[in-house]
Amino acid sequence: MQFDPFIIPFNIGLYFILIYAVVRSVMWFRDLSKQDKLRLQRGFFGRSFGQSLKEIFMESLLHRKIFKTNFRLGYMHMSLAFGWFLLILFGTLEADIFGSSHLNAPYKAIFFKYFNPDHGRAGFEAVWSFVMDFLLAVILSGLIIAIIKRLYSRIVGMKKTTKLRPLDKVALTSLWMIFPSRLIAESFTSGAYGTGSFLTGSLGSWLASFLPAHEMAYPFWWLYSLSLGTFFVLLPLTRYMHIPTELFLIFARNSGITTGDKAGAFTDIQTYSCSSCGICIDACQLNFSTGITNIQSAYLLKGIRNNENVKDIAFNCLMCGRCDQKCPVGIELTPIRMLRRRAGETEHVEKSILKRYFPDKPSFNPVKVSEKPSFDFLPSSRPVKADVVYFAGCMTHLTPSIRNSMIKILDASGVKYKFIDENGGVCCGRPLMLAGQDKEARELINFNSKLILKSGAQTLVTSCPICYKVFRESYYLDIEVLHHTQFIKNLIDEGSLKLNFMRKKVVYHTPCDLGRGSGVYDEPRDVLRYVSRLQKTDFDNENSLCCGGSLGNMKISYKQKQIIAADAAARLTKDNPEILATSCPLCKKTLAAATETKVADIAEIVAEAIMLPNLMKEKSNPMLIVKEPVTI
Amino acid sequence: MDKFGFAISQQRQIDFEANRRDIAEYISEKEPSFRVCIECGCCAATCTTGNFTPFSLRELLILLKRGENDKVRDNINKCMLCGKCTLVCPRGVNTRNVISLAREAFQDRIKNAV
Repeated sequence: MQFDPFIIPFNIGLYFILIYAVVRSVMWFRDLSKQDKLRLQRGFFGRSFGQSLKEIFMESLLHRKIFKTNFRLGYMHMSLAFGWFLLILFGTLEADIFGSSHLNAPYKAIFFKYFNPDHGRAGFEAVWSFVMDFLLAVILSGLIIAIIKRLYSRIVGMKKTTKLRPLDKVALTSLWMIFPSRLIAESFTSGAYGTGSFLTGSLGSWLASFLPAHEMAYPFWWLYSLSLGTFFVLLPLTRYMHIPTELFLIFARNSGITTGDKAGAFTDIQTYSCSSCGICIDACQLNFSTGITNIQSAYLLKGIRNNENVKDIAFNCLMCGRCDQKCPVGIELTPIRMLRRRAGETEHVEKSILKRYFPDKPSFNPVKVSEKPSFDFLPSSRPVKADVVYFAGCMTHLTPSIRNSMIKILDASGVKYKFIDENGGVCCGRPLMLAGQDKEARELINFNSKLILKSGAQTLVTSCPICYKVFRESYYLDIEVLHHTQFIKNLIDEGSLKLNFMRKKVVYHTPCDLGRGSGVYDEPRDVLRYVSRLQKTDFDNENSLCCGGSLGNMKISYKQKQIIAADAAARLTKDNPEILATSCPLCKKTLAAATETKVADIAEIVAEAIMLPNLMKEKSNPMLIVKEPVTI
Repeated sequence: MDKFGFAISQQRQIDFEANRRDIAEYISEKEPSFRVCIECGCCAATCTTGNFTPFSLRELLILLKRGENDKVRDNINKCMLCGKCTLVCPRGVNTRNVISLAREAFQDRIKNAV
C-alpha cells in the first residue's frame, strides 16, 4: 500500500466535489417540470445522447466556438481543459500500466511520480514520460496566457475581461498554483532520481545541481495536493461551477429543454453554466459603442448567482441578442434577462457558507401589488371580416411612408385585406413585456387577440418586427403570422407582384427582433436581391448590429442612443451604398437620424419598384414621394 | 361644460406648500432628462393610449412637476409603454423611463402605506 499524508487534501477535495456534483444534479433534476423531466429522460436514453457526448467533446474540452471567435482565447481554454483532461487520462493509464496494480485509486495517478520515482528511464516508459511532459507543457502555456490575460487582456485580443470577487480570486489562485506546483514537485523528484523527460527531467537536473532535490520535492507535493483540494472545495462557490454544470446543460439542451417564459431549474442550470469568459462583453454594443462595461450578461448571471440586486443590470440592455449568438456555452441570455426584468427589485441577501453550497431556487417572482387593471378604457372591438389582416403597429404609424408603401403594395397585388389598426391600434404588448410588466401586457394581448380572431383572418401581416415577435411567441393565434418582408416574398413568388429592377446599391440592416429574435434572415434579402443590387456588410445575419433605438433599454440616455445609432450606421455604410435598407420602422427612424445615406424600409423600396401602369398617376401624387421629415 | 348656471368655481391656486414634489424629485434624480422637458406636447399628440382616452403625458408631467400627484396616480397606469413619445420628443426625454419610475414611485408608496 502506497500512502503518504499529503494525499489527504486532494482526496477530500476530489470526493467532496464528486458527491456534490451528483447531489446537485439530482436536485436540479427534481426541480425540473414534469414535461422537462420526461424530455431529459428521453434525451438521455435516446438518440441525442451521442450528440451530447460529441458536443461535450467539441465545446467543453476543445472549445471550438471560442476558437471561432478568438484563436488565442480558444487556445487558452483548450489547453487548460483538453490538456488537463488528457493529463488525467494518460496519468490514469500510466498508473494502470506501469503501476504496481491495476485499477488504482485516483490519487495514485495524480501523484504517480512521487510513488514511482524510478519510472520513465528508458524505452516505452520514456516515451510515456515524454507525452506526460508535453501535456504539462501545453497546460502551462495556456496558464501563462491566462495570467497575461488577467493582467493585460488586450494581448489575447479581448478588450475587457470579467472582474472577480475575493472568493473567485482564491479559487483562481489555487487553480493557477496546481500546474506550476506539479511541475516543480515532479522536477525535484526527477532530479533526485535522474528520471523525467524534456521538461521535468532537464528542469530537475538543473535544480538538483544546486539544491537538495530529495528534501525539496516533498513540500511541493504537499502544495500540489493542497491547491487541488482547495480548488475542488471552493469550486461550487465560484464561477468554476460551470465545469460540472455545463455537462448537465448540454444534456438538457439536447433533450429539447428551453428557457421559455417561466423561471425554473433550467434557468438555474444556465446561470451556473456561465464561465464568465467575457465573450459577451466584447460582443456588446453598449461596450464598444458607449463604453458601458458593467451590465453585460456575464455580470447579470454572476449577480443572480450571488443573490445581488441586479435590477439595474437587467434593465440596462438593448435586448438585441448579440451575446446569445456569441455565447460559447449557448446560454439563452436574453430570455433569462426577460425573466429577471419581471422580478424587478430584489434584495441582496448575504448567505451563510452552507446556504451558498445549496442555494434556494433564485426567486423570479414579482412583488405583488394590488392594482386595478390599467387598460379598462379600451373600446370593445368591432369585427372586420377579411382573409388577410394588416397590423401596422405603433412604430409604423409613426413612419407613414412605410404604411403608405404597404398599402400601395397590398393594393397593387390585389390581395383582399383589412387594415385593422388604420386609425391607430393598441400596442402589441412587447414594450410592456420588455419593461417586465407581463400582466399588463397580457391585457393588450387579449384585446388584440380578440380583434384578430373576430376578423376570421388566415394571415396576419405586420410591418414591425417587435409586433411580429410577440405575435408569434406570446399570442395564442391559430393563424399564419407574417412579417411584411415574408409577405412580399410570397407575393413575388406567386407572381402577383410585378417589380422593376432598380440599379441601386443597397445594404441591408437586419433588425434584432426579426433576425436573431425570430430567425427571419433570408426573405428580406431575397426581396432586396430581386429589386436591387444587395451588397454584403461585415454585420450580416446573426452578427447584425442593433440600431440603438431599441425599446429594450430604458436606462441609457438619448445621447448614448445617438452614439450607438451613429456607430452602427457608420459601420453599415462603410462601402457607401445608395440605400441603407431595413425592415423595421424603429430601426429606420433611428438610423435615418444618424446617417447621411438614405435609409428606407424594404416596403418603400418595393413600392417604388412596382410596375403597374395604373399606379403611374399615383406617382405624381406629391404625398407619396415627399421624403418623410426627420423629427429627431 | 354640460352644466350651466351659477356655481362657485374651484380654487385654481397652486399651493406649493401643500404639494408633494418628492415623486418629481425622485424621477429627476434617476432620469435627469425629465428636467429638460419643455411641455411641448409632442408626446401627447402621438400617444397610442391618447387615441382611446383623454390621457395626456404632457398634462401628467406638468402635474408631477407641480406636485399634484393624485391625477397622475390614477392615470399613469394607462400608458402602454409603446415608446412613440420617446421617439418624437424634441428634447430627447426618456419618457418611457419617466413613466416607469413614476409607477415605481407610486407603488412604493402603496407598499409603504400598507
